[in-house]
Amino acid sequence: MLRLEKRPIPSRFWLYATPVVAVLLTMIAGGLLFALLGKNPATVIKTIFWDPLFGEFAWYLRGQLLVKAGPLILIAIGLSLGFRAGIWNIGAEGQYIMGAICGAGVGLALYPTESRLIFPVMILAGALGGWAWAMIPAILKTRFNTNEILVSLMLVYVAETILAKASTGFLRNPEGAGFPGSRSFSGSSFPAASNPELIAGSGLHWGGVFALLMGVAAYILLQRHILGFQIKLAGQAPRAARFHGVKPERLVLLCMGLSGALAGLAGMFEVTGPAGKISIDFNVGYGFTAIIVAFLGRLNPLGIVLAGFIMALTYVGGEMAATNLGLPSAAIQVFQGMLLFFLLGVDVLTNFRIRTTLLGVK
Amino acid sequence: MTRETLLKIDGISKSYPGVKANEDVSFSIGVGEVHALLGENGAGKSTLVKMIYGLVKPDEGTLTFRGKPFAPSEPSEARAAGVAMVFQHFSLFEALNVAENVALGMENPPPMRELAARIRAVSEEYGLPLDPARMVGDLSAGERQRVEIIRCLLQDPKLLIMDEPTSVLTPQEVEILFKTLRQLSSEGTAILYISHKLEEIRTLCDGATILRRGKVVGSCVPRETTAREMAELMVGATLTPPERRAGAKGEVVLGVTDLSAASPIPFGTTLKGISFTVARGEVLGIAGVAGNGQDELLLALSGELRVASDKIRINGRAAGDLGPGERRRAGLVAAPEDRYGHAAAPDMSLVENALLTGAIRRNLTHRGFIDWAATRGFAEEVIQTYDVRTPGSHVAARALSGGNLQKFLIGRELDQSPEVIVINQPTWGVDAAAAAAIRQAILNRAAEGAGVVVISQDLDELLEIADMFAVLNEGRLTKPRPVEGLTIDQIGLMMGGAHGMEVAHHVEA
Amino acid sequence: MDIGGINPVILVASLMVAAVPIMLAALGELVVEKSGVLNLGVEGMMIVGAICGFIAAVGTQSPVAGFAAGAAGGAVLSLVFAFLTQVMLANQVATGLALTLFGLGLSSLMGQGYNGIKPPVTAKVPFGPLAEIPVLGPIVFGHDWMVYASIALVACVWWVLRATRLGLIIRAVGESHEAAHALGYKVNRIRLGCIAFGGAMAGLGGAYVSLVRVPQWVDGITAGAGWIALAIVVFASWRPWRVLIGAYLFGGISVLQLNLQAAGSGIPVEYLSMSPYLVTIVVLVIMSSGRGRASLNAPASLGQNFHAAR
Repeated sequence: MLRLEKRPIPSRFWLYATPVVAVLLTMIAGGLLFALLGKNPATVIKTIFWDPLFGEFAWYLRGQLLVKAGPLILIAIGLSLGFRAGIWNIGAEGQYIMGAICGAGVGLALYPTESRLIFPVMILAGALGGWAWAMIPAILKTRFNTNEILVSLMLVYVAETILAKASTGFLRNPEGAGFPGSRSFSGSSFPAASNPELIAGSGLHWGGVFALLMGVAAYILLQRHILGFQIKLAGQAPRAARFHGVKPERLVLLCMGLSGALAGLAGMFEVTGPAGKISIDFNVGYGFTAIIVAFLGRLNPLGIVLAGFIMALTYVGGEMAATNLGLPSAAIQVFQGMLLFFLLGVDVLTNFRIRTTLLGVK
Repeated sequence: MTRETLLKIDGISKSYPGVKANEDVSFSIGVGEVHALLGENGAGKSTLVKMIYGLVKPDEGTLTFRGKPFAPSEPSEARAAGVAMVFQHFSLFEALNVAENVALGMENPPPMRELAARIRAVSEEYGLPLDPARMVGDLSAGERQRVEIIRCLLQDPKLLIMDEPTSVLTPQEVEILFKTLRQLSSEGTAILYISHKLEEIRTLCDGATILRRGKVVGSCVPRETTAREMAELMVGATLTPPERRAGAKGEVVLGVTDLSAASPIPFGTTLKGISFTVARGEVLGIAGVAGNGQDELLLALSGELRVASDKIRINGRAAGDLGPGERRRAGLVAAPEDRYGHAAAPDMSLVENALLTGAIRRNLTHRGFIDWAATRGFAEEVIQTYDVRTPGSHVAARALSGGNLQKFLIGRELDQSPEVIVINQPTWGVDAAAAAAIRQAILNRAAEGAGVVVISQDLDELLEIADMFAVLNEGRLTKPRPVEGLTIDQIGLMMGGAHGMEVAHHVEA
Repeated sequence: MDIGGINPVILVASLMVAAVPIMLAALGELVVEKSGVLNLGVEGMMIVGAICGFIAAVGTQSPVAGFAAGAAGGAVLSLVFAFLTQVMLANQVATGLALTLFGLGLSSLMGQGYNGIKPPVTAKVPFGPLAEIPVLGPIVFGHDWMVYASIALVACVWWVLRATRLGLIIRAVGESHEAAHALGYKVNRIRLGCIAFGGAMAGLGGAYVSLVRVPQWVDGITAGAGWIALAIVVFASWRPWRVLIGAYLFGGISVLQLNLQAAGSGIPVEYLSMSPYLVTIVVLVIMSSGRGRASLNAPASLGQNFHAAR
């Protein structure tokens, strides 16, 4: 019989080993799933995890990795701060959309002005948009003790309808012959508001730069700053945090606001860069996948940067598998979900030891 | 007097990783006997009792109950055999009513209406008044204990286990409880009475078994043994009372005036018009039965619960609206009762826990950035000064034993050169040696000129270290009186007697 | 007797149908939360129930088999949650979210090739002439059996929680798992059972969406109904009959906004379609603040894992 026994000190080995074990287990279980779908598991796994890095088209796909990893990392960094403090912002997808709408809206309002200031102002507007959207659940929680999980999630659906309205209504391209979608930001159509690739072929745009910077900043915050200590404390022992002098309301506003702003930034960078314009479905669920990224990175900023790339691999490789092998794209979503399951399951080893006690033997 | 043996414990051993909780424990209890199980915290009393109640399985050894081998694999089996247990904590449900709580502890409870009637009947018979429809969360600690006792009595137990039953009772309530227990004993119910309060055991128990570090170190007839002899058996060393240096009282450092505050805790107690002052060098002891506003008073003094600014003055400065950090800056440190989760973050290291309250007065941060080297230094200083047994400062707080963690947490506060010290339950669940060290450290700080407030449910402790004595009762504080010359009867009156029980006991008296 | 192009009798009759999925899911989640577990995976279990039910119903041409399969699908998925939180002691919030993300992907994978197919019709209960009574007929006697079954289930859960020993034990476990453990109750096993029940109910609700409400299969068919069900549990302050009221309220709003869209009212479609979510937020705010403090009614151990140390 198996029995769990709490470790006196969390295991450092398993702290780092669990994500690796989880990825391996997911490959095995995912392989089974792919086999059930009639695909050769080894080929699919190789297509997802190997080809984007070292395959025939790696020169292009490696760039795509950074394109996908950027927003995931940016959002996940913000979410991880809240998750550490026990504040569950589940509505990053909505904040991502609102950041994109606000950032793009400011840019489009200034069309066709050409000024170096436009893009920075759009960045600010994007961050503000996400921040404001996240402040709704934050303020409702601090003022009325309303559950932030449900409110932030409901606001995703609201943001989606606003997005629909934006792309068919108030942000629609007046020269678009009535088709939904805004003016394009990409290429030469509106250079001042565009978020181009900074180094050709690298996939790096301003979003990626921000993501890496935020990773470092969050690392310093959590390791060295008293605020980071308070965030960790509030999550692990809320009463001890109050005893230390943390005001829970302040922390909620801070963590929700920060994660909202980062999600908004991600949305703004996406819509002006890789997506190119506001359209009814420019969002592809990064706000939700980022939750997996945050946990896969163990809520540690450096881990999240790494996890962002792994998750990007499943996206890029998944697309490859879809086009080359006909793997349904939903299979990749299942694959990502399994990854989170395995991670949460294996995580028990960090804080517990598994003891085997044979029945009948003392 | 010879009795027929009811329960025979033979060679019981039980170990957990790193600990031998029980080692070759043997003794027996007779029918109708009140038998004391005596020992310090961590001596293995709870583990032993849990084996009798079927919550834990022994590694070795046998139990014999009413002449038959007895190895309950779960509590329901033990209950069916006639063993009942009154827990110290954790066995009542606050949001359920009395009858529901009783039903949960029974094997085959009758329908609710019938059960309510039986609860009334039994509570009359044993002088333990109780309303079956009341929510347990609204009951006082003493009343909650009655729920547990009645739950046991309804099952006609042959053996009743009581785990530290008097720690939550006023002296008068203790007397009533003893009356009930004697009545049960005379009806043939044996009682296994777990305690470390020696005088109680001397008045109540017929026999005693003393445990130390999991082993039986002696047995005695309490009536014929002095408390001192039993204490030395229990602790395994000669005890020395703390040393008091009579320092001159200085000016007032903490003044509380007409402090009232609603409790932030569900089913908590509202503080009502509390006033007192503490001078430099003075120790104010605040007694009271658990749940009379102790936690709330600590929250209000530490700054976690804010009040109007002029209600609390630290060094003459209005501080009622200050938060915990600002109060520390003003010179007040506090140590809450709950070590795991309130005073300390259990999963964080001792270094991080040192930062938890030491950041301000020990200057451990610069512009918000943490000086980890200085913090580690502070943690190690506390570990060394207060003799905290730990492999190092990197260890998680929860890995330390209760006594060691408490030494660390008290040391952490005392080593910030505080002017006002507020401590709730300084030695709760701490072994005697550590408790003595903690009391001495507190007295030393007072002698150096700090004003100290000690909130405790341990009367002996307060009488030992306090200069002034007051009692919290239903959120109100009595006027502090000098400890010198106080009698136990006076203290009992200050504690508000037995909650509504004086009337009840006439029935059977 | 139409008001603004909307017939109130038809409105009430159709809101009773619209309320069934969230009522079932919320009722299941209520039991789960009463036992002290917070399962945020309702949306995932619902949508897996929806596709399992749809596949089974299309395959067998029997709606009953569809509902059974829906319940089974939801329950199986909930067991993953139960295993992770009760055995592996994983964080309940994170695991619930994982369940939803996984469920959405899984349903879409399973649903490939089922788009555009019509499921067998779930018949109305034949009340004969009773259904012809004006006003009362369509409201009380004009529904399929699942509408009546869902109300019966509310009554059943209410009775079990209130008057049976099982209900008392579930409430006790949710109130204080330490105390329940000390009295010898198997905390994790009881919770496991409740989680499975909650999963089956969510799956049943999901199957009702794909078999009756819509009735066809499209990706993301539940569209946040699982989350609304979670909100209804808070709205109901963990009381079964209030779940019924809450579900009818939300059913009413979603039916009303659809009717308003169809009736061509002046309000833009987007604002109408976001209204159920906005109303949910408003209701949550009202229930959590002030005197109606729902949190006071919440089970005390909600969301905490239990591990018997010694």
